[in-house]
Amino acid sequence: MVKEIERAGIPVVHICTVVPISLTVGANRIVPAIAIPHPLGNPSLGKDEEKTLRRSLLDKALKALSTEVSGQTVFEN
Amino acid sequence: MGKIKVVHYVNQFAAGIGGEEMAHVTPELRDGTVGSGQAFNMAFGEEAEIVATVVCGDNYFSENLDKAKAEVLDMIKSKSPDVVIAGPAFNAGRYGFACGTVAEAVEVELGVPAFTGMFEENAGVEFKGKVVIVPTKNSAAGMRDAVAKMAPLAIKLGKGEKLGPAFMEGYMPGIRVNFFDNERGSKRAVDMLVKKLKGEEFVTEYPMPDFDRVEPNPAVKDLSKAKVALVTSGGIVPKGNPDRIESSSASKYGEYVIDGVMDLTEATYETAHGGYDPVYANLDADRVLPVDVMRDYEKEGKIGSLHGKFYTTTGNGTSVANSKAYSAEFAAKLKADGVDAVILTST
Amino acid sequence: MKLELGYIFIKDIQFGNVSKVEGGVLYVNKDELKKLVMEDTVIASVDFDIAKPGESVRITPVKDVIEPRVKVEGTGAMFPGMLNKVETVGNGKTHVLKGAAVVTCGKIVGFQEGIIDMSGEGAKYTPFSETLNLVMVADPVEGTKQHDHEKAIRMAGLKVAAYIGELGKNVKADEYHTFETPNMVEGMKLYPNLPRVAYVLMLQTQGLLHDTYVYGVDMKQSISTLIYPTEIMDGAILSGNCVSACDKNTTYHHQNNPVVHDMFDAHGKTINFVGVIITNENVYLMDKERSSDWSAKMAAMLGLDGVIISQEGFGNPDTDLIMNCKKIEAKGIKTVIITDEYAGRDGKSQSLADADVAANAVVTGGNANEVIVLGSMKKIIGKADTTVVNTIAGGFGSDPVHGASLKDDGSIIVEIQAITGATNELGFNKMSAR
Repeated sequence: MVKEIERAGIPVVHICTVVPISLTVGANRIVPAIAIPHPLGNPSLGKDEEKTLRRSLLDKALKALSTEVSGQTVFEN
Repeated sequence: MGKIKVVHYVNQFAAGIGGEEMAHVTPELRDGTVGSGQAFNMAFGEEAEIVATVVCGDNYFSENLDKAKAEVLDMIKSKSPDVVIAGPAFNAGRYGFACGTVAEAVEVELGVPAFTGMFEENAGVEFKGKVVIVPTKNSAAGMRDAVAKMAPLAIKLGKGEKLGPAFMEGYMPGIRVNFFDNERGSKRAVDMLVKKLKGEEFVTEYPMPDFDRVEPNPAVKDLSKAKVALVTSGGIVPKGNPDRIESSSASKYGEYVIDGVMDLTEATYETAHGGYDPVYANLDADRVLPVDVMRDYEKEGKIGSLHGKFYTTTGNGTSVANSKAYSAEFAAKLKADGVDAVILTST
Repeated sequence: MKLELGYIFIKDIQFGNVSKVEGGVLYVNKDELKKLVMEDTVIASVDFDIAKPGESVRITPVKDVIEPRVKVEGTGAMFPGMLNKVETVGNGKTHVLKGAAVVTCGKIVGFQEGIIDMSGEGAKYTPFSETLNLVMVADPVEGTKQHDHEKAIRMAGLKVAAYIGELGKNVKADEYHTFETPNMVEGMKLYPNLPRVAYVLMLQTQGLLHDTYVYGVDMKQSISTLIYPTEIMDGAILSGNCVSACDKNTTYHHQNNPVVHDMFDAHGKTINFVGVIITNENVYLMDKERSSDWSAKMAAMLGLDGVIISQEGFGNPDTDLIMNCKKIEAKGIKTVIITDEYAGRDGKSQSLADADVAANAVVTGGNANEVIVLGSMKKIIGKADTTVVNTIAGGFGSDPVHGASLKDDGSIIVEIQAITGATNELGFNKMSAR
């Protein structure tokens, strides 16, 4: 799926838990997520804290989208 | 029951029109057999018959791919065949490519079984995961051998029967087909391990694939002016799953308008995905499709805008080819809607 | 550790006034069983039925299948840490009611239960078309949460299987088989010239409703560890799984783990079977890395030459499988992996979500996406309406080619994914794909 979006000429960032699968399927900009049932959340946190966590992941995603990459890159920080 | 109706696809050389100098000829539909078709008819006996042949120059086909493919398909369709044979192409690369393309298009677009034959080093062999390809010798001198292998497959496919796995039917491995082996899997595994430990030859039941790659697109210059879209394979759908996206092996994707939606709530959205524990996503779908934070970004001017629609599917058990087809479809829509960047979330 | 399995061959199951095993026939007092199950206040109603090989019967939605067994000698009792005390099992003597199975039925997650056909085309794909099945259909009280429901059905199934197994305690077995794993030092001395081989058993642990228990421990909370193969035969590992029916390991599969049995068969002949490493398939990447590191580390500690790795489920567990394979191969230990495929209905897609060149020896249980037509059956045990059949994993509500899974005449068109045990990744079946 990520490749088809890239192929259409749109830069795409893949936020996913299982980074190795993302690498295998060929995503170029990757942001590691929290866990499979809640990639952008953590139910053990309070509502506000959880949203802050989500925002921190999306900040990374925006950073990835505005960063030039030459090959597969995982944006850990 | 009458004879199985076969349409044969050949290039200019096989049709006897000429060689390289005639490779530009446009598609032409002829009744009955042309060139090697007669050999197939002989092998078919009373069971099947080539009712028509489509002839097309290899250069014309490869240089006008979409147009040529459409023309060839129309001609084939007009004869409503039970099965289509393309080639065999032997070692001719462009012919092999044309045969693979035609056979795949006939199956996908017309829903009619089709297959081809070629030499194992022909570039057209790349189609072996998509269409049945019978291995042949490297020149037309191997026609008799090719016909002997291909004719029985044409009859089987023409009858609407399913083919067994490659090694049983004699085509090139690529398409995965189930069968019942002689030993159970655990015994096969022990035997394979013993061979591997001894350094003896063993045959893996699933050769690892090569994954294709796409070059990354340039980065977004100015996010504050960019239209960003959300896409997910986490199966987020409006409550009640109105389009009935399957929980597994999804055959379609969902497209939903989120104009004015500021936050996904338990009352409005849920997941249709069957591969993970749905509780957390059902309670708050922003955990998978982060509309809430994207709206904040929009307000703060961090991004230009959030695209008014999101796309969703369930990655679970969905075949790559299926997912590729519908992803290409919605990727084109995103492009047409002027989307500058996509955030894809997966579970 | 040494265990003797005594097989009591069951030729028939009947309901009767007195529960007993006599002359190869299992008699079951239905009311006693109902009373046993109704002890749990979560269960609102329960009924039992019998399905025999060859009958025109469809069982769905199937949750688990369990083989009735009982400890006759040795320490511990069946399903330790879950149904009985946590004392170590796997030694002494165990009786098995061979040919009989307890099948638990009930819609818990809906799309994650399976179908068992006792005859026709579908019967070829499930091993449980060949067992005499005592089927439990139970419904929970209204408002029961999914995980409480899962637990109630799981515990009820284990209780029923233990109750039935107990009937074989004082019956003379028809056949005895002995399985023994010596300690590491003795094992090395015993077969100095045979390659040292272990089994890496991956257990589905994706979270709520996708769980596997080992001596009562939810395996997702454990790191990889070691277990004697005979412990598995005594119910040390059991299924708490609601996930695609074709490639989840039912408790029956664990009790009869075919890799364990085939390794014992080869033990002392072509391999020296050292033991079993069990590991999990968690949803956090860090867990995946840690668990596979640990499997590889233990394989090295055991001085192994080779391992067989079996997977459970599909999708992200493909990554755990590939990690285990890659990391163990990197230690210079040869691997064979057992998996299944999701290659699309036409077999033309990528079979696994992950791949690596190290995985050069693969055994496959077949393509779970292959479509099959299951003819109508005279009798349905459980429920086979649209809410079950069209939503089951592998079924469809409306497909452009096939329409809805459930047809008006009661026949069903589904991917074999929906059939219990169809593409089992322990290598339980003969099915494969090329």
